[in-house]
Amino acid sequence: MSFLTFAWDWLKTPQHWHGSDGIPIRLLQHLGYSGLSLLIATVVAVPIGLLIGHFGRGGFAAVNVANIGRAIPTLGLVILVAVLAGLKAVSWLVPLVVLAIPPILVNTYEGVAGVDPDLTDAARGMGMTRWQLLWKVEVPVAVPLIVLGLRTSAIFVVATATIAAYPGFGGLGRYIIDGLASNNYGEVAGGAAVIVVLALVVQAAFTGLRRLVVPKGLRLQARSSR
Amino acid sequence: MQWSWIPQNWTLIWQYTLDNAFLGLVAPLIGLAISIPVGVACVARRWIYPPVLSVANAVYAIPTLAVFVVLVPYTGLGNLTVIIALTLLSLCVLIPAVVDGLRGVPEPVRQAATAMGFTQVRRMVQVELPLAVPVIIAGLRVAVVSSISLASLGQLIGVSSFGYFFIDGLQRDFPTEIYAGFALTVVLAVVCDLLLVGTRTLLTPWARGRSRATGRSAARRAVTEA
Repeated sequence: MSFLTFAWDWLKTPQHWHGSDGIPIRLLQHLGYSGLSLLIATVVAVPIGLLIGHFGRGGFAAVNVANIGRAIPTLGLVILVAVLAGLKAVSWLVPLVVLAIPPILVNTYEGVAGVDPDLTDAARGMGMTRWQLLWKVEVPVAVPLIVLGLRTSAIFVVATATIAAYPGFGGLGRYIIDGLASNNYGEVAGGAAVIVVLALVVQAAFTGLRRLVVPKGLRLQARSSR
Repeated sequence: MQWSWIPQNWTLIWQYTLDNAFLGLVAPLIGLAISIPVGVACVARRWIYPPVLSVANAVYAIPTLAVFVVLVPYTGLGNLTVIIALTLLSLCVLIPAVVDGLRGVPEPVRQAATAMGFTQVRRMVQVELPLAVPVIIAGLRVAVVSSISLASLGQLIGVSSFGYFFIDGLQRDFPTEIYAGFALTVVLAVVCDLLLVGTRTLLTPWARGRSRATGRSAARRAVTEA
């Protein structure tokens, strides 16, 4: 039997859609963990990225933070926090936020730092204040890259929230971890299928969002340069 | 932190280092072997690139653990599953690196090679690919570091890696082992990263001391895109 038949058999069983261990509850937990972590990471990382990009200092540090972030083993981080802090709310929040910050930070920084100097010079020449320059020129031009960073972080967070099930948290990863532990491949496959769909929806949502937030000026420029 | 744990478990540490290094290096190298022909095709026929990139991005969005689970019925609980999953994930970084590298080769260089009587194949192998090396290696660095840290997830399906230290540390409530797993992952990632930097220097003797800026901007792109 293939993955799909296992997954389908498990998914079409009505009792897997009810109760505290049902798919809707697990999905909400997963989205709750991921959404809240992404929100906190955004609130922390975007302002720092904007500042570093705008003033052009500390960019090297930002890029290094991103590189180190990639080397962090997610399983290790999730387990470490769970062992040190116990199975409390902070224990799932901390690793997810830690992993979500670097991509948002570095993309925001690169977005602002990469704004064409001609553009910022023109804005200054028009008499814009620093604040206006940031909000009316740098942020709009950087927005597509910032959203790309948010997408990468969202993907990391959804994946790590899955692994968070290992030391005992909820979310969709429970099905995979519990299924592996009890040799129930149907449960493993069903859980994985839901996670795959969720990940693809998240990816598509951010790709769509990125198209929406590209300022008209940039879209016209891209068309004329093609 | 119990420092005595380290010398007492030296053979274990060495064994898992070898296993983790194997998984973390083989997957991106296979990924590279796939990405070079695919990237060459994408440069030669522009319309292939957007759909290929969409597929690679979609695969990248799927949590690694879920990819393992999808593969298990076909490839079993072993090295092969982990290597295939990590290879698929590395394509999202490596294919754009090959394409960007090849597109960055200056047109006059290409024309000069043609004028000297190079056939298309020989021009690709002896001129275009060597000039694309800095950008390709920038992508490979990202892929290798990510694969080394993701390889620990293999332990969840019984494939030996640094994940052993995390899981054993959790089960025995012994943080030293988790710290060790962390440190080993980061050290291995840094060592492999430095090896790749060395490889780049060896492969691009003409670039020594001159165009470090190219490598840096390539590294930047790799950072913002994954």
